[in-house]
Amino acid sequence: MDSSSSSVAVAVAMNEVKEEERPHVLVVDDSLVDRKIMEKLFTNSACKVTTADSGKKALELLGQGEDKHTDINHQGPKINLVVTDYCMPGMTGYDLLKKVKESSDIKEIPVIVVSSENVPTRIKKCLEEGAQEFILKPLKQADVKKLRCHMQFTKPMKGRLCMGRYTMKRTSDNK
Amino acid sequence: MDTVSQLQRQFVEYTASLYREGYLDDQFTQLQKLQDESNPDFVVEVVSLFFEDSEKLLNNLTTALHQENIDYKQVDAHVHQFKGSSSSIGAQRVKDMCVVFRNYCDEKNLDGCVVCLQQAKNEYILVRNKLEALFNLEQQILQAGGSVPMMV
Repeated sequence: MDSSSSSVAVAVAMNEVKEEERPHVLVVDDSLVDRKIMEKLFTNSACKVTTADSGKKALELLGQGEDKHTDINHQGPKINLVVTDYCMPGMTGYDLLKKVKESSDIKEIPVIVVSSENVPTRIKKCLEEGAQEFILKPLKQADVKKLRCHMQFTKPMKGRLCMGRYTMKRTSDNK
Repeated sequence: MDTVSQLQRQFVEYTASLYREGYLDDQFTQLQKLQDESNPDFVVEVVSLFFEDSEKLLNNLTTALHQENIDYKQVDAHVHQFKGSSSSIGAQRVKDMCVVFRNYCDEKNLDGCVVCLQQAKNEYILVRNKLEALFNLEQQILQAGGSVPMMV
């Protein structure tokens, strides 16, 4: 596949992200204020957002809970990205991350951990457990724009679809 | 027309003073940038949630510090939450107070905690009054037929 046709495919994709094809983000945070802000940050970046106030609720929405009726991952639009606060009562963001990465159905979903505290051991622990990124709160619009790189769209796309400062990977390399 | 420009000037000056005096920081500007036509009351809504949340937290803190055997972990958890939400809306002085408060929790210093709680309450009331005044000014501008200046 030559580079011109892959760049055309990407240009088409970037112009035609319809309602149903918007990336679906699951925001997990026990703070109502932060859930509201993150929801707006992501909807401003053309994402569909579902929020959960606990890790337990998040797992239910991801189809890993006891009650299959709240499973939106199989019945409804697939979740493309999980953004979780680290400090939550009960199940922490780290516990949630672990559970996602240990599950055969949902381990592919990228997980971003956010925290108000800059603790290097905490950051290392999360990245080692498979978190895509660890971001300090409060989040800004610029942080969210960068995160679009991590979201797998509902239609499979060849190559990497990234905006912002990342460059596109060409599928014609290394021939 | 005159009333509108007067109100707009008042708004700009008042906002600038809030930043200058440290009541608000850049995070409040970030919130304002998020607001758009699809959600024109976004900032007021988030700040209202912050007010509700804060009042609950301050009550919980008061209760927690009046226990016979104080659970400093619990006190710290409340302060951590308060620090988080105040940081998220840009209430800088409240956030800074929470940082000091957490240090006293770590030291299990009751007197320090009690003083911090009072100061946190004071800072919260101050910023709440100022934000309410700011929102009031916005309403006056809109009712006079003007638009609210965007603070860059």
